[in-house]
Amino acid sequence: MKRFIRFFGDSGQVTKKDLKDFYRDRARIVSFIIMPLFMMIMVGFVFPSQSSLKDVPIGILNQDNGAVSTQVVNALTNLKVQDSTKKVMIVKPVQNEAAIKELIQKQELSGAIVIPAGFSNGLLKDHEQQKVTVVTDQSNPQISSILTAMLGQVFDQMGKQMSTLAIKSTIGTQLSNSTVTALVTPMVVETKGLVAGKPNYFQFVAPGVIAMVTMMAVMMGLAGSIAREKEQGTMDGILVAPVSRFSIIMGKTGAQTVRGLLQGSIVLLLAMTLFHVKVYGNFLIMLLVVILGIFSFVGLGILVSAAVEEQETAMTIMMTVTFPMLFLSGAFFPVQQMPGFMQAISKCIPLTYEVQALRQVVVLGAGLSEVLRPVLILLGFGVVTLAISVPAFKRVIAT
Amino acid sequence: MDEQQFDIEVEGLSKHFGDLKAVNNISFQVPKGEIFGFLGPNGAGKSTTIRMLCTLARPTSGSAKVAGYDIVTQPDEVRRNIGLVAEKLILYDRLTAMENLWFFGRMNHMRKEDIKTRGEEWLKKLGMWEWRDKLGGTFSTGMKQRVNIARALLTEPSVMFLDEPTLGLDPQTTRAIRQFIKEMAESGITVVLTTHEMAEAEALCDRISIIDHGNIVALDTDANLKKILSGDEGVVLDVEVEGMTDATTTACSGLDCVKAVAEPEAGRLRVTATGQGAIRQVIETLESEGGIVKRANTLEPSLEDVFLHLTGTEIRDEISSSVPSSGGPHASAKKRIR
Repeated sequence: MKRFIRFFGDSGQVTKKDLKDFYRDRARIVSFIIMPLFMMIMVGFVFPSQSSLKDVPIGILNQDNGAVSTQVVNALTNLKVQDSTKKVMIVKPVQNEAAIKELIQKQELSGAIVIPAGFSNGLLKDHEQQKVTVVTDQSNPQISSILTAMLGQVFDQMGKQMSTLAIKSTIGTQLSNSTVTALVTPMVVETKGLVAGKPNYFQFVAPGVIAMVTMMAVMMGLAGSIAREKEQGTMDGILVAPVSRFSIIMGKTGAQTVRGLLQGSIVLLLAMTLFHVKVYGNFLIMLLVVILGIFSFVGLGILVSAAVEEQETAMTIMMTVTFPMLFLSGAFFPVQQMPGFMQAISKCIPLTYEVQALRQVVVLGAGLSEVLRPVLILLGFGVVTLAISVPAFKRVIAT
Repeated sequence: MDEQQFDIEVEGLSKHFGDLKAVNNISFQVPKGEIFGFLGPNGAGKSTTIRMLCTLARPTSGSAKVAGYDIVTQPDEVRRNIGLVAEKLILYDRLTAMENLWFFGRMNHMRKEDIKTRGEEWLKKLGMWEWRDKLGGTFSTGMKQRVNIARALLTEPSVMFLDEPTLGLDPQTTRAIRQFIKEMAESGITVVLTTHEMAEAEALCDRISIIDHGNIVALDTDANLKKILSGDEGVVLDVEVEGMTDATTTACSGLDCVKAVAEPEAGRLRVTATGQGAIRQVIETLESEGGIVKRANTLEPSLEDVFLHLTGTEIRDEISSSVPSSGGPHASAKKRIR
């Protein structure tokens, strides 16, 4: 019992000292707050989505100038961003197809629409199907695909309106409005989520950012802190004290865990206030998942700390280890979209299970029983990596 | 001497990093209260030996006891009885002087009252009490070293290891620290000191061990070490030469009887030589190469002469630092240049 108390006492001293050291380093404090803020803004605003697309310069080559094409141009010009007064596109008239190519090459246009001559007459008088061409900027595939989908929806909607009017003007007099609508659009899809509210990319990505930030804080912080002390020579002062090597590691881990949790909390707070992310599950379960996530990374952090002497090397190795993890864990992109071999790798990364469990709790309001599997896997990762890394650390430190 | 009186007992201690024998089968004993000096060129094995004795590095073979405890089987007992002033300062820049002592005191399981009273005592003795609440990062190198020594003494160790404690310090601080080391020994603390400063070793150490390539090549008192040269018909010659060129110096160095040649100032050579007729040979060689010997005096050999005689004059270039600061697999190798 006495040894147990002494162990935690020693760890506590290291934790306290590391946190005091951290608190007095203003540059580190600033980056500590700025990093999650920056991550949130990056992820929240920079990743384009249909609802975030605005003021996209689009060229229109209207070779028709009839009633319907004018209506199409007006509709596109006045298309508003969802829940906003801002316009989706800045529509610019273009003289010919060569001009479209030139303006896209100059990056003055993000795409263009070509309405052929005879478009209106073909629709209204000849009752023939007409074709509109969308020219895309292949140097920006993400914007192009969103734009193509959006224009597809606009033309589809307009087409349905025209069909409804056409049916009404021909045989529609004997039919009710609902029958006409059913003839034009026989099937509709209604989307219903498990929890209230619209699906939101940020709601998907926020748990990933929380997991990522805590992982970075712990892994980079732990390896950096131990390597810094080795480099400066202060580690020798701790090692010549009659304390167990494990208590030193635990003390260092304690300080990094506090930092990780603080950073995770900043991310959560920003997500909730700036991006209206709602936590549907229990905060305590969320905390448990984050702590277990940290527990699962610690072993890897210790292993790197033991192997390197210099802070810079520790940081380089940690960046190399953490960077692929971010993409393979499903923090930003769904794992299901990845090729098979990547999915297999992602299953070997503890971050995958932390992100998965956090997402279940935050987005779907899952309880402990629903996240038991990822929670147990995280626990297992932690136990196995610690069982390997602690003896390795002890052995290397006594070389 | 009774076994009980030794604070350090080393028997066949070795430390190898791959093929490199950093410390090679060394043995020595240090009685209680002695100031024991370690002299040696860079990479000779001084710091590695100290790191092993402080339980910071595990020996490849051999054994050692510090304060009566085995460094391998009783590391915690050893740690409770030693103080370490390492080559690198053990001081946190973002903790105050007192906070530094507080942290290391707690890590050594000292009672809070003891940290307070002893911390005050040592900081006052070392002239750092008025700076106790200032951050370590704001101190000069000398101030940092004084706090560092206070930290090492806080636990009242019976053995103190000082690895180049005056390196990079101004003459005033160096003098104060040397005086303090003497006082430590007078109070009964056994001191193991490594230094490159011959004057420091001569002034402080009761016995000096000269270590080279991991081996102890000489171990005795300062006076007895100097007899190595005189007892071997050795002589230290101070020669004033007119028209001295590189060729004259090279020719002199090339003589079999010459062990070391130094040029303390232009036109003067300090030659360490041994054997009958060495003085005559040196003067004849210098003159045969075009130099005119204006004056030649024999000098008492200094510790530096002995050191150079035993370790040679070649510059040591280390590829890898002597020992990893806190472990780490090292594929160490060393390169020597002439």
